[in-house]
Amino acid sequence: MSILLDRETPVLVQGITGKIGSFHTKEMREYGTNIVGGVTPGKGGTELDGVPVFDTMKDAVEKTGATTSIVFVPPPFAADSIMEAADAGIRFCVAITDGIPAQDMIRVKRYMRRYKAENRMRLIGPNCAGVVSPGKALLGIMPGNIYLPGNVGIVGRSGTLGYEAAAQMMELGIGVSTSVGIGGDPINGSSFKDILELFEADPETHAVVMIGEIGGPQEAEAAEYIRDHMTKPVIAYVAGLSAPKGRKMGHAGAIISAFGEGASEKVEMLREVGVAIAPTPAEIGSTAQKVLKAA
Amino acid sequence: MDIHEYQAKEILSRFGVPVPKGALAYSPEQAAYRAREIGGKLWVVKAQVHTGGRGKAGGVKLCRSEDEVLDAADDLLGKKLVTHQSGPAGKIVYRLYVEGGVAIARELYLGFVLDRKSERVMVVASSQGGMEIEDIAAEKPESIVKVSVEPAVGMQAFQAREVAFALGLKPSQIQSAVNAIMGCYRAFEELDATMVEINPLIVTEDDHVMALDAKMTFDDNALFRHPAVAELRDKSQEDPRETHAADRGLSYVGLTGKIGCIVNGAGLAMATMDMIKLAGGEPANFLDIGGGATPERVAKAFKLVTMDKNVEAILVNIFAGINRCDWVAEGVVQALEKNPVNVPVIVRLAGTHVEEGRRILARSGLPVIRANTLAEAAERAVAAWKNNANTIGLKVVNA
Repeated sequence: MSILLDRETPVLVQGITGKIGSFHTKEMREYGTNIVGGVTPGKGGTELDGVPVFDTMKDAVEKTGATTSIVFVPPPFAADSIMEAADAGIRFCVAITDGIPAQDMIRVKRYMRRYKAENRMRLIGPNCAGVVSPGKALLGIMPGNIYLPGNVGIVGRSGTLGYEAAAQMMELGIGVSTSVGIGGDPINGSSFKDILELFEADPETHAVVMIGEIGGPQEAEAAEYIRDHMTKPVIAYVAGLSAPKGRKMGHAGAIISAFGEGASEKVEMLREVGVAIAPTPAEIGSTAQKVLKAA
Repeated sequence: MDIHEYQAKEILSRFGVPVPKGALAYSPEQAAYRAREIGGKLWVVKAQVHTGGRGKAGGVKLCRSEDEVLDAADDLLGKKLVTHQSGPAGKIVYRLYVEGGVAIARELYLGFVLDRKSERVMVVASSQGGMEIEDIAAEKPESIVKVSVEPAVGMQAFQAREVAFALGLKPSQIQSAVNAIMGCYRAFEELDATMVEINPLIVTEDDHVMALDAKMTFDDNALFRHPAVAELRDKSQEDPRETHAADRGLSYVGLTGKIGCIVNGAGLAMATMDMIKLAGGEPANFLDIGGGATPERVAKAFKLVTMDKNVEAILVNIFAGINRCDWVAEGVVQALEKNPVNVPVIVRLAGTHVEEGRRILARSGLPVIRANTLAEAAERAVAAWKNNANTIGLKVVNA
């Protein structure tokens, strides 16, 4: 098993006819993802490499029975697309788009709350690399070949640093159940805690690698969850040890604006609740290996 | 994006926030003329710079005559203002704001932020105006009032009243305060700000509530829908390297170390900086050339990093995903052939087609130090920087 995504999950691609959307649709299908359709307003009735294109999400969901979608829509229109997915009954949505205004995301989160918790769409991202369940399906932009199927979950903000961790693990023969990129934006769909809950409940995930960074309260929230509820071992690295206060480091959310948002403070919070800390970003794989051997 | 105090006040007054009478000046003569236009017997000449802590650094001068205004302006214009927030490089004063003096009865603090925990706009106020909010939180936490705004309906007048009463304002001052608070909120919401700070918000001796200082920061991701706000950008207040980078779609933050970094992805870029530090060096910059790392971006990145004269070694760390290492390697080779650099260059490639990428680098004959892992890359970069003098030649380390 894996979390969020497997071989059968029927997926719609929002923004399928765009340059990025069409490229990654091809990559995802090659990996084995069950792409059942796409949406681009005004291109309904056409096809992209045999994948039917629809004008609206409602229509696409009705015709294909899709439960899941991935958003490649440009930033000015992306929030609208995410809300359209929620309204069409999509249960799980990954937003890849980088550059969505923060207030748009506040509205998206508010809009999603009009559904009861059990019917609410789960959103991952935006500004993330997506989700991959190695050997099963890939819903994102990551290179599929760096993930070995296995029993360690990965959750992180950054795309390429997540690849770095997966590659280090592959080198040591450590496989991944699912890898989730939650994205680098200040307001995002799912937090570290949300994903840790899923890994904790997944019988085939035996340990979790968590890759945090400076800025925001989500690592602290994860530390509380780990202390109170997590039975599986967690390995963590927090990027941005050398980042100055008050400067935005690439990601819109990677900025230290309050006490507790620096890398060393987050590391301390995680260490205190028993998380195994990778001392350097080059030792994420080897730290995971040590923890797995001890378990 | 940050804007100047006078720009923030122009915006806020359009939203009904009362501000003192003031005008912009670019020369001492103009400042004196502005003072006469404003009238009265007391003026404040304020340096317009994108940093906090101006007052303590001598950037705000109280004047009692037009001659004093002239002298204050003469002193401030062209001066480099170094405050405790500006960093050692400081900010140059090119514009002055001349404001009429007001009789202050009380100084309050009023701020609006995007609260990441509640995922809402949060109003933060305190009766302890004039102090920085971090200091208020540390010294007088009981004075802080917080109100969170429900995004579906926006801020309501009762919430502004709650804040005003909690600040201990008198009934005769409440409506004026509500207007100021609601005006700030509407500006924040309509213009996609990420921060509005009025410090101090003052109560005048005749019961008016006014913004004596104003800071606004805007969401870079939302500037596309606010062209009038985007035009307020003042490049003279930015690090020229960061301006150069931003204009080319690269994400760069200048730092003070000696090892330049070129990395794809923000998280990996931070991790690379961390590795350099742990290996005994200091990064000269943060630079994310984007997940894709096209050859054009690699070339632009080399130009940008070498603009920094402090750079004594360059570490390139690319994890190629969808993109391929051979393609990135071509980019590195092209960039170095076109614009040779006279500092050691360490290249670490990983991911798709890595073998081919490494072969391209080796075949190029360029004096590139290669590394296979992140740890190796940082160690070699720090070692090369330390032996800069010896390595400038053509030593190639075969990885």
